[in-house]
Amino acid sequence: MLRKLLALAGLFALASVPAFAETTQAPLKAPGWSFSGPFGMYDQAQLQRGFKVYSEVCSQCHSLNLIQFHNLGDPGGPFYNAKYPNPNENPVVKAVAAGWPRQVPDIDADTGDPIHRPATTADVPTPPFPNEPAARASNGGALPPDMSLLAAAREGGPNYIYSLVAYGYKPTPAGITNPPPGKYYNEIYPGDLSSTWAGKGDVPPGGFIGMPPPLTNCKVTFDDGSPCDVDHEAKDVAAFLTWASDPHMDQRKQTGSAVVIYLLIFSGLLYGSYRAIWKNVAH
Amino acid sequence: MSGPSTYEPKTAFERWLDVRLPIVRFSADLLDFPTPKNLNYWWTFGGILAFCLIAQIVTGIILAMHFDPSGAGAFNSVDHIMRDVNYGWLIRYIHTSGASMFFVAVYIHIFRGIYYGSFKAPRELLWLIGATIYLVMMATAFFGYVLPWGQMSFWGAKVITSLFGAIPVIGPSLATWLWGGFTVDAPTLNRFYSLHYLLPFVIAGLVALHIWALHVPGNNNPTGVNVKSQSDTLPFHPYYTVKDGFAASVFAIMFAIFVFFLPTALLSPDNSIPANPIATPAHIIPEWYLLPYYAILRAVPDKVLGVFLMGAAIACIFALPWLDTSRARSMRYRPQAKLYFFIFAADCLLLGFCGAHEPDEQFIRGLAGFTLGDSNINSFVWVSRVAALYYFAYFVLITPILGLREKPLPAPESISSPVLSHPAAAPTGAAAAPEKKG
Repeated sequence: MLRKLLALAGLFALASVPAFAETTQAPLKAPGWSFSGPFGMYDQAQLQRGFKVYSEVCSQCHSLNLIQFHNLGDPGGPFYNAKYPNPNENPVVKAVAAGWPRQVPDIDADTGDPIHRPATTADVPTPPFPNEPAARASNGGALPPDMSLLAAAREGGPNYIYSLVAYGYKPTPAGITNPPPGKYYNEIYPGDLSSTWAGKGDVPPGGFIGMPPPLTNCKVTFDDGSPCDVDHEAKDVAAFLTWASDPHMDQRKQTGSAVVIYLLIFSGLLYGSYRAIWKNVAH
Repeated sequence: MSGPSTYEPKTAFERWLDVRLPIVRFSADLLDFPTPKNLNYWWTFGGILAFCLIAQIVTGIILAMHFDPSGAGAFNSVDHIMRDVNYGWLIRYIHTSGASMFFVAVYIHIFRGIYYGSFKAPRELLWLIGATIYLVMMATAFFGYVLPWGQMSFWGAKVITSLFGAIPVIGPSLATWLWGGFTVDAPTLNRFYSLHYLLPFVIAGLVALHIWALHVPGNNNPTGVNVKSQSDTLPFHPYYTVKDGFAASVFAIMFAIFVFFLPTALLSPDNSIPANPIATPAHIIPEWYLLPYYAILRAVPDKVLGVFLMGAAIACIFALPWLDTSRARSMRYRPQAKLYFFIFAADCLLLGFCGAHEPDEQFIRGLAGFTLGDSNINSFVWVSRVAALYYFAYFVLITPILGLREKPLPAPESISSPVLSHPAAAPTGAAAAPEKKG
């Protein structure tokens, strides 16, 4: 059941929707993830493809402010290579940083003049907009959220991102009176259309989102020959964003299995000790 | 400590120490403390709670080394702990899951105390100290939840502190004083951080008093019958250290499953969005352990009355030793009280369930119902009202009246006597485990 009105929706839907409205959305699609379940791990090839989708499509509008390039080479990350325990030495990571399309605003250390320099592995990917008003001005007033924690910050996580991008966009239902200009009907994007609904039957689920449908078939092509239809692009980027918001998941689950096994053995030993110590006590 | 000390200093150093600071004697007496031999697994939660407190303090101290309690930096510093600090994710998830584990254990501990009458004379003060610990725990948990400075932190703080603003006359000034301004903002975060670091040590001090107050009358036990002789008891060590240790280890398995496999199950996704004072989340829901009170608060249309009832709900716990009129201690010998107790436990769970839902949401989906008063009868607000009514009735009507009217079943002469007649003690016994209550 949906509980959230997104921060973004809160800001932009307030004019037409009461603050505590009951929002609705269509059921999320769950494509099945390599990282589901207690033993599920990230699929490195999928993370690499997802990062490519982020770099070529999402990063046009969405920042990734909590990730530094070297994180891409951390264990469990898209470009981890056991040969480079220090990800700053990983040539792929270095190449990604140096080749990032937007250079890093900085100052010249000698003159103090503002300059732009190529990114290093210690930098955050330079965001598409210098500040929030600039981001809003370029997006019809909507603020594209930072993507570092997007998967953690949405009910349904990767299923939400995947469903919204791959399946959520539908033609505006005929019974909607005055759809907001410059916005797109999306049945996954939480909203409340009851006030604009003049059609027959139930109010359609979802709401109007500021983001145009971001993906088309083979907008991004994959070097490993994976299919590049919208479904796969969306799945891969959702996996990448899940990694971005929870980069230590592989390590967490592996450690967890060892801890639980240890505790089971330890509990067994303690139970045996308990039985031995209490053997002669009537209780 | 009850009973004379049996400690004999063995070395010259121990003898020297014993007449100056008898710390070894103190520890030895704690370990040898005569404990009823019939304590069941419900009694292991005291030790489990000590484990929880230590886990929270240790992980909390480490988190504090990396946390930035400023309005601008708090959210990102928590993210920094999760991403960049070595095993920071582990330390933080132990701390966040640990808070919930702490409350699971404390609720079991409290219900155990109610069921077996552990609050009755001469343990009233023990109970009051325990209730105070619970109250301080709730405050600590609330302050802690605010620190990551996400959306739910901010709006949760706003809702809870606004409750104090509802108090007549002094409310508005009190709220301003709590906030350090005219709304929840960076100064609020700073003071909550300071208090969140202080209160666990207050809890630790109260725990010391709690254990001291326990060691004067000694433990209650499932029969509620007082210890009559030495044969009723066992030294705490090794008998209960090993039993508590086993229980704590099993508890730690559940704890670990949450930390490693379900770390966000009890966190709100909204808290991964930085605090934004101009965007209200659709539903502001407190942590699960506060939900029963939240349901009571929202059951009444009037905010002042709601706050008053919420306070009264906690006050009832404090007043329990003087509300229960029954002379029988354990409900094992009070079949009627037992029935009302289990309804009460289910009622508390129901209140928690109601607290997680919107008041006007349908309780049974698809059932039309009819309007009674201000809302539909088939809505969470009406279920909350009925459940809240039972909550208060249990304390102020059922407990005092039943205590006077109910004739308890005969309790055993001593702790040792039911042991001998216990089904598990019979040679053919393939019956229930001896730890199970009878």
